[in-house]
Order: sequence, then structure tokens, then C-alpha cells
Amino acid sequence: MSTTTVPAMEKTQRQIMYREALNEALREEMLRDDTVFLLGGGIGRRGGSYKVTVNLLDEFGPRRVIDAPISEASFTGTGVGAAITGMRPVVEILFVDFTSLIIDQIVNQAAKYRFMSGGKGRVPMVLRTQGGSGNGLAAQHSQSLEAWFYHVPGLKLVMPATPYDAKGLLKSAVRDDDPVIFIEHKLLYMEKGPVPAGEYAIDLGVGDVKRPGSDVTIVAWSGMVGRALSAAEKLAAQGIDAEVIDPRTLVPLDKQLILDSVRKTEHLVIVQEAVRRGGVASDIASIVQQEAFDYLDAPIEIVAGRNTPIPFNVQLEKAAVPQEPEIVAAVKKCLYVK
Amino acid sequence: MYTRQFLEQLFRTLYTIRVFETQCIKLYRQGLIIGYFHPYLGEEAIATGVCAALREDDYIVSTHRGHGHCIARGGELKKMAAEVLGRQDGYCRGRGGSMHIADVTKGNIGANGIVGGGIPIGVGAALGISVRGGDQVVAIFFSDGAANNGVFPESLNLAAIWDLPVIFVLENNQYAVSSPIEEMSRIPDLYKRAEGYGVPAGAVDGNDVLAVYEKTKEAVETCRTGKGPVLVEAKTYRHGGHHVNDPGLYMPQDRLEHYKARDPVKLGRKYLLEQGKCSAEEILAVERDIEREMEEAIEFARNSPQPSVREFLEEVGKS
Repeated sequence: MSTTTVPAMEKTQRQIMYREALNEALREEMLRDDTVFLLGGGIGRRGGSYKVTVNLLDEFGPRRVIDAPISEASFTGTGVGAAITGMRPVVEILFVDFTSLIIDQIVNQAAKYRFMSGGKGRVPMVLRTQGGSGNGLAAQHSQSLEAWFYHVPGLKLVMPATPYDAKGLLKSAVRDDDPVIFIEHKLLYMEKGPVPAGEYAIDLGVGDVKRPGSDVTIVAWSGMVGRALSAAEKLAAQGIDAEVIDPRTLVPLDKQLILDSVRKTEHLVIVQEAVRRGGVASDIASIVQQEAFDYLDAPIEIVAGRNTPIPFNVQLEKAAVPQEPEIVAAVKKCLYVK
Repeated sequence: MYTRQFLEQLFRTLYTIRVFETQCIKLYRQGLIIGYFHPYLGEEAIATGVCAALREDDYIVSTHRGHGHCIARGGELKKMAAEVLGRQDGYCRGRGGSMHIADVTKGNIGANGIVGGGIPIGVGAALGISVRGGDQVVAIFFSDGAANNGVFPESLNLAAIWDLPVIFVLENNQYAVSSPIEEMSRIPDLYKRAEGYGVPAGAVDGNDVLAVYEKTKEAVETCRTGKGPVLVEAKTYRHGGHHVNDPGLYMPQDRLEHYKARDPVKLGRKYLLEQGKCSAEEILAVERDIEREMEEAIEFARNSPQPSVREFLEEVGKS
């Protein structure tokens, strides 16, 4: 089960935004460790597109909060080289869509360096970026591309859904000795949630039960967690008790937490914003059918984005990715409830 | 002007690279080495001259044609030979091979299978130096082929705007795999591109180890005093095709002969004879010494065990 430090959360009522939680994580890690520095487009004076890095330039100066030109492949590679030689860079790519420009440095360089060097080299770098739809930003600024990185051995993959998780996971990501792809969600930056003032970190590979329940397991991450939780409330009003599980990190994946829940509820619905084809949901379904087949009372349902680029029009955009009614419907189908 | 000891050291490096590549090609023909093997034959003076101008705590970034860089940076022949044979005692425990030898403890960030892939990585090592506030420098080896990849101008610009201690060592061997430079660039003097980025640059005879050394020494001083980056274009020519299985038939014979007449190893030997006042017998003894060392390295590599498949699967299972 989850090792989230619940007692610490109960002690405080402090509510801060997701973006503020991320800012605190960066600030605290920079204070703790001189080798941590930030690199990206518009992160210094502007404080980042989503204000995650505000005030850090003033506090740490231009040597550690570095504004880079729009040369994504090269400044990402610069992060890789700094990491190999003893630094802990946090590189920001404005939109996950732009990681298309840095694939060589991430896939062929960062992900493989430790392995290719026979285990001697290290690339302790964090690549922060954000994805997801919902802001009318159209096809090149709204994608959910986590499957690209999920597929590549040598990378870790983190997708926090709450301010508490965002802070605790970013701190662990910075301290990790392997390259970590850290994908935030653009709709979450202004979301508030409880975050203790004191020091804490969340281990990578530890999922969280966002809502306990007994009838069906809903697995969701990033922007889909909130949607799954509101679907669960709708279902509760109809007498269906859903358990919502957020793996929080897709690599490493907390397989055990998902399997334990499925063995209890015997029904599984997986929700992902990314397109269905070749997605992480399919891989989780494959793991569950192999390891908990005898416990399943119904086929696993996957609610996913349509196999389409994200449209600009707000109604079309909504239709392209999972919404609450579709999650409710999938749960009912899974439970054979009309 | 140069001590005998220094000239002998340069010659030792030149000759070691020559012998390593020549012997490995034989092993390749015997089927002991598989995969891609890109010899540095004909380009030995560049790695040798550049690395001789570096300090022990400086960094280099290498390429797919990287054995020469590794040797010039103090790489151990035994571990290198074992790696190109894919054995357990190799630099990468048989997991990397010819294109991925790295030894960060010696300041060798590593070779790279992606043309141009190492350029931003080298800039990153320099950025780390800048954040820490040290006076180390980074020499990035890359080729005329890589100069036409997008990361080169991007990285040149990054190093320039951040005043980084980078020496861009452009090894212009005049072929991007098989495509001649005159067809791949309107201006074959690639160093001229640097001016537009505000980076001082110049060309040097890449077959002349002393010319490369002098030019690099100057560049290192510039970088150590915070006035980097600098670009040095070393003009050279491969002694063969792109890799062992490429006969290089597209390389005009007269041009090849021209460059072979200016063989970097022969030139280094001449320097040692004339300026180092070393006798022909003494040079022969140095050569025999290196050949013996290489024989021992091959013996070591052949006797090194194959990496354990069980151990590999256990490691992979954990990740």
C-alpha cells in the first residue's frame, strides 16, 4: 500500500498550488545541493510559462538559473553532459510536444549512458516538461506522449497529479542517479492541495490510493486522476464504490499496488489521456491479465484518448480525450450495471 | 624547442594508435571483432596533439571514430582491446563496444554512435565547470559530417553566449561517410562558420602533430582565462573507407597518396629524429615496445571471459 506520509499531511492545513509546490521542491533542492541547477527557455527572468521557476533567478543567480535559446536538442544535451560530469541539472522543455526535438539526447544519450559505460557512468538529470489537453492549444501543444519515454529502457517516468505528489516526487527525481522524465499537466498548475511545510520526499515507484473503494479499481495518472475521482463520486451516488489508484510514477511502476487492488475489487478500468494505440494503459492491462487473470470478473476496460491529433475547437478537444461520463460508463460496463 | 621526452611521448601516442587500429583490423578480418569498427588511421595527429595540450582534470568528448581519442587520453590498451572484442574485462564489460568506450575517471566522457551527439554533451561538461567555477576545459572532437547536424550550430552558439571553456576540435577528414565535403558544404573551410557565432576559429594541418599541439595550446590558454570557446579545424584525410568493411573506392587515389605522403606517424617520427635527436635504432626500440604492449593487450582480451548472460539478465531484471 501507499507509503505517502499521511500523518504529516494531517498536521497541516497549508494549501498551495501545484506550481508553487514544484517551485518549493526546486528551491529546497537547490539550497540543499550546490550541484543542482536549472536550464531551459524562459525560466529565469520570466519565471517559466507556468510560473514554476519564479523568484529562483533572484535567489540563485544566473549561473544556476540559466535561460537558454530555443535550441532544445542542444540545451538538453548540455544537461546530459553536465550530469555525466557531476552536476544535477533540471532541464525544462516547455511542452512535451517539443520533446520530439530532443529524442536523440534523451533516448540515445541519457537513457543509455549508464548501460553503455558498463554501469560506471551516471546521468542524474531531470527533464521537466508538461503535457495534456484542455487549454485550446491545438495539436502541437496538447499531447500526452508518456508512452514514448515509457518504452525506452534507462529512463524513469514521473507524472504527478497533486501538489503534494508534485513536490515530493520532484525532490526524489532530483536526487535520483538516473535520468528522470517528469511530466506535469498544464491544467493542474493552479490546482490547490495540502502540502506540509516541512521536508519530505516521495519514493519513485510508490503509487497512491487516492480513494479507497471495494467494487472496482480505476487506475489513472496525471490529469486523469481528478476526473477519475469525480467519476467515483458520481458512481458512489449510484451505490458503486470505486477505488482510485494513481501510480504517480509509470517507470518504475507500482505493479503490486494495482494487483492488490484488482485482487480485492475484481474489476479494473484504466484511464489515460493519451491515445489508446500503443499506450501505457494497454501495458498495464497486459500485466494485470497475466498476473491476476483468475481474479478478474470482467474484461479490463480502457478509457483513452481517441487516435487523433488534438483539435483546436473546445467541443472537439473535449471529445478527443476521456471525460467523466465516459469513465462512469466504462465502470458500469465493467460491472455489468445498466 | 621541444624536449626529446615530449617528442617521444607524442610519437608513442601516434604509433600506439596506429598499431592498435592496424592490429584490430586483423582481428576483425579473423572474425574476432564484429559490428562496426571505424579506424582512426591517418588522423592520429589530431587526438595526439590536442590531448597533449590538456591537463589531467580536463575533459574530452569523442566520436564513433574514437579509439585514437581514448588512447591519447591515457586509455588502457588491455581494456580497450577487451571491449572491442566484447569481453568482460573491457571498459564497458562488453556492453558498449567500439563506439561506446567511456572513462569519466580519466576525463573521457566517451565515444558516441550518433554523429554530432556528443557535441552538446561536451558543452554541458563545460557548463558544469562554469556553474562550479573551475578552470578546466573541454575538448570536443567532432567531424565535418557532424558539422552539418543541427546540434553543431546550436551548441556553438550556447558555448558562445555562456562564454564556456570549450575547444571545438573539428576533424575535417573530408568525408561524411562517403560524401565529399565539397558536395556537402558550399564553403569547405568549415572553421569560417564560427565567425558568425562570435567564436574565434582557425584551421591547422591535422596531419602535423606539433601544429595541432601548438594551436590547441593557444586555445586552451584562451579557454582557461575565461575567453572561450574556440574552434580549431584540423584538416586531414582518412587512410581508408568509413569503416573496416568500406573499401573507400570513392576516395580519389591521387588525393589519398598526397595525404599518405604526409602520414602523421611518419611526420611524428621525423620530428623525433630531427628535433628530438633520437637515433633510428632508439625509435625502432620504442616501436617494438609498443607492438609488444599491443600483443599483450590482445592476449589479455582473448583470454578475458565472455560477459555472463546470467549476470546480464539479473541486472536487467532489477531495472
